[in-house]
Order: sequence, then C-alpha cells, then structure tokens
Amino acid sequence: MADHILTQNLALDQEADRVLKAQRRRQIIGATLRYGVLTVVGLFMLYPLIWLVGASFKPNSEIFAGAGFIPDEATVAGYVQGWQTSTPYTFGRFFWNTFLIVVPKMIGTVISCTAVAYGFARFDFPGKKILFASLIATLLLPNVVTRIPQYLLFRDLGWLDTFLPLWVPSAFAGDAFFVFMLVQFLRAIPRDMEEAARVDGANTWQVLLFIVVPLLTPALISVCLFQFMWTMNDFLGPLIYLSSVDKFPVSLALKLSIDTTEAFEWNRILAMSVLTIMPALIVFFVAQKYFIEGISAGGVKG
Amino acid sequence: MSGDSRILGLFYLSPYIIGLLVFTALPFAASFYLSFTDYNLMSAPVFTGLDNYWKLFTGDRTFRKSLWVTLVYVFTTVPLKLAFALFIAVILNYKLKFINFFRTAFYVPSILGGSIAIAVMWRYLFADVGIVNMGLATLGIEPVNWFGDPTNALFTITLLRLWQFGSAMVIFLAALQSIDKSLYEAASIDGAGKFATFWHITMPLITPVIFFNLIMQMVQAFQEFNGPYIITQGGPLKSTYLLPLYIYEEAFKRFDMGYASAIAWVLFVIIMVLTLIAFWSSRHWVYYAGDKRS
Repeated sequence: MADHILTQNLALDQEADRVLKAQRRRQIIGATLRYGVLTVVGLFMLYPLIWLVGASFKPNSEIFAGAGFIPDEATVAGYVQGWQTSTPYTFGRFFWNTFLIVVPKMIGTVISCTAVAYGFARFDFPGKKILFASLIATLLLPNVVTRIPQYLLFRDLGWLDTFLPLWVPSAFAGDAFFVFMLVQFLRAIPRDMEEAARVDGANTWQVLLFIVVPLLTPALISVCLFQFMWTMNDFLGPLIYLSSVDKFPVSLALKLSIDTTEAFEWNRILAMSVLTIMPALIVFFVAQKYFIEGISAGGVKG
Repeated sequence: MSGDSRILGLFYLSPYIIGLLVFTALPFAASFYLSFTDYNLMSAPVFTGLDNYWKLFTGDRTFRKSLWVTLVYVFTTVPLKLAFALFIAVILNYKLKFINFFRTAFYVPSILGGSIAIAVMWRYLFADVGIVNMGLATLGIEPVNWFGDPTNALFTITLLRLWQFGSAMVIFLAALQSIDKSLYEAASIDGAGKFATFWHITMPLITPVIFFNLIMQMVQAFQEFNGPYIITQGGPLKSTYLLPLYIYEEAFKRFDMGYASAIAWVLFVIIMVLTLIAFWSSRHWVYYAGDKRS
C-alpha cells in the first residue's frame, strides 16, 4: 500500500515536472520569437539611419559600392563642400533662418495654447460646447482646404516672403492638437490649489501663471518639442511662402541642393541631410520622455 | 463668480476665436467660393458656376488618375500601418527587457520621417544600385526598379509611411499598458486561451485608441506631400501623383487658384465622408469603458 502511494506520488511528481518543463520551454520559445521579431524590425528601423550617417563620410565613388556603412576612406569632403552650397550663402545661414522661424513660433504656440486650454478647462461660458467642437473639427480639417485662401490673405497683407505667415497662425492657437493635449492634461489636475489661491484673493491670471503653468510644465515641454520637430520638418509652408534664398530654412535649402548638385555630388547631399536631422535627433534623445508622454496623453485620454 | 467667469473664459479663448475666424473659418468659406471661380491671381475671380467641377469629373484624366492613386495609397497605407503598429505594441507589452530601447528605436523614424532629409535618404536606399537592391541580391532576388516602374513607385512611397509606424505604436502601447491586469487574471481563471483573451478583452478595450489612430492616420495620409514630391515628383507616369501634389502644382505653379480649390474641395469631401462613416460606425465597434465620457 505504502509502496503503491509512493509510486503514485512519484508518477505525479514526474508528470508535474514534465508539465513545468513544457511550460518553461514554451516560454523560452515565445520569448525568443518576440525578441527575434523586435530585433529584425529594429534593424529595419535603424539601419537606414546608420547607413545615412556612415555614407555621408564616404567619397562619392564609394556610396553605391557596398551595403556597409563604414567608409573605407572616411572623408569630410561632403560636409565641407555641402556646407558651402551652390548659393552665395552657407548652410549656417539656413540653420539660422530655421532658428528664426522655429523659436518665435514655439513661443507664440505655448503662450496662446496655454491660455486657450485654461479657458476651456476651467471656465463655463455660453458657446463653450460649440467652440470645443470647433476645436475637434479643426483638428480633423485638412489644411489643404484652407491653404489657398490663407496664401491670398497673406499676399494681401503683404506678408509673402516673410516669416509672418509661418509665425502668426500659431500665435493664435492655430495648432488645435496642442490646445486639445493641454486641455486633457488640465482636466487631470485637481483644482484644489487654484481654488485656495482664488479664496486668498489671487486673480485668474495670477492663478494661471503661478499655479497652473508650473503644474503644466511637463506638458508645455511636450508642446515645445513637438512644435520644434514639426517646424523643423515643415517643407510645404516655407515652399509656398518664402521665395528669396536668403530666407530659406534648411528643408528648402536641402531641396535646392538636390536640384543643383544631386546628379554627381551624392555625399554633399547626404552630409547635409545628416546635419538637418541632427537637431531633431539630439532634442529627441535628450527629452524623449516628454514625447512619449505627450503623444500618449493626446491619444489615449482623447 | 458666474458672470465674471463667462467674460474671463471668453477672454482666455480670444486668441483661439480670432484665429479660428481669420485663419480657418474665413479661408474655409473663401475656398468654397473660389472653387466656383476662374482665378489666376492677375485679375479678380470670375464666377463660373460648376465649370471647375464639370471639367474635373468629365475632362480631366490627370485628376482621375491622381484620385485613384490617392485612394490606393490611403487604403493600403493606413490599414497596414495600424495593423503593424498594433502587432509590435502587443509584443512590446509582454514584460520584456530592453522595452525602452525598442520603443525608442521604433519611434525615431516617426520623429524624422516627415523631413526632406529622410525622403532624400529613401531615394538613395531604393536607388537601382542602392542598399535595398544589394540586400535583395544577397538573397538571390533580382534588383527591383523601385522608382522607375509605375507599379512599384507608389509602393516605395507607402513603405516610407509604414517605416513611421512608431507614433501609432506608442499610442497603442500606452493603451495596452493601461488595461487593468485583474481582467486578464479573471479570464485566465475562466480558462480563456491567449487568443480568446486578446480578442474578447484586449481588443474591445483598445477600440477607442484604434479609432483615434484610424482617423488621424487617414487624415494625414490623404495629405501626404513631402514623400512623393521629393522622391518621385509624382512620377513615373503620374503613378505617385497624389492629390496634394496636383493641388500644389495647380495653385502655386500654374496659379489656377479656382481649379486648385475645386480639387481641394473634392479631397476635403472625401476625407469628411470617410471620417463621418468612421464616426457613425464607431457606435457599433468602439467600446468606451463605463461610458463616462463627457
């Protein structure tokens, strides 16, 4: 009898052992598959960028000679010659122009969107629902419909070939996405502190400036970063509004250098491409937390 | 406080209200009017009734081609991108090591993807002697004519969009991570398998995010410009001549503002109808937990 129980237990143990092992094996296979997929996808995501950086240091004869990214004979000729451009200006000028477009646009966006989001999230007034609906509608409205009349409006104002068409709409909370994102953030912040400050006699703009803005800082950083990226990448806006080369941002300058030199001087184009994505890349790596939070908040809570 | 609050609320909203009127509502109405006119910037717009639309739908073969190409582009790019983004987000949602590394690696292309530099890079990668064809050669596959062949060119542009699946993925991942773990435990106690759990618990809970991504990606895809403009200039044989390119060239190269506005309105109506269909259908497939949305 005791023997019988013992063998039965042994059999049970063995069975349990077998099940556990099978489970562990399945887990290992599963994990291997997942890491495998992620690594392959990661390679497709990053290798083009790595190749781009490597190829920008290659001499022209080498660029299409192999799939590797390490140059046999590294050279900075592409950077030196590309920087000079075929215009009277260097890329330094085009980076400066980009800076002149981005910074005022960012400041205007942050100030106007904060005020508007505060208005939406903390006050009740007639027409609020309709106005908020209009915000969502603008979010979905394709720019392509309004672009032509906007161009005509800016032409009549005499703003063509200036940075004003690129700055001004943003300073009037024109980027609905940011207002929407900030409203979502504000709704998640409790009002206790603001109400306490109001009881103590602070007026609403003091509350906004000294209580809401500090609480909102991470979200405002997200707004700045996204606006920075989008404006750096923007091509169609400058293409339509700017006609003098001395006002070109880097996106237009890059297109110009493709048109003038691409037939033979590949490494110049690649070198300048690398330089134009560098600011965005550096900012992203320094502050990626804010990007992920911003995009998640705008999307998920919506 | 309430009377006070009314004025203050409108005060804080004033930049938005002015901007809405001047830079959105007015141009929107003007665009509609211009689409019924002949306007070449030299003289005042001349009202021509339905002429522009008549010409678009009866005589303009470029428009028909461009419209077709745009629809093919959107209806391939958006579903593929969303499906892939969700697939990768689900994998990342397992408790893996290096998740932050992978998330960053997958997100970087979305940050840079819209730029001219990346479009330039795409031209080099997919050139006849570029590294994509070199990679295919090592697998024994004949080099592909990515840009020269009308059937491939649109696909090459689509790939550039798919490469930027990261932003949609980040949104999916955040949604997956916010799902209450006790739901999975309950399902597992009830003996639900992995697939059943995903289909009956995960999917319903992330439908709001699928819906959000669907709308945003669709609106963006309909307005794609940089990729085809830089990579293929709309060619070969107009096979990548998306409507935004056509609108741009009519308006700012040929200065035919009235005709360009009419094309823009057709594009707008298509986007609006599809968005409304999505919103209308959403009540049947989008699930809001607790339904407490304001």
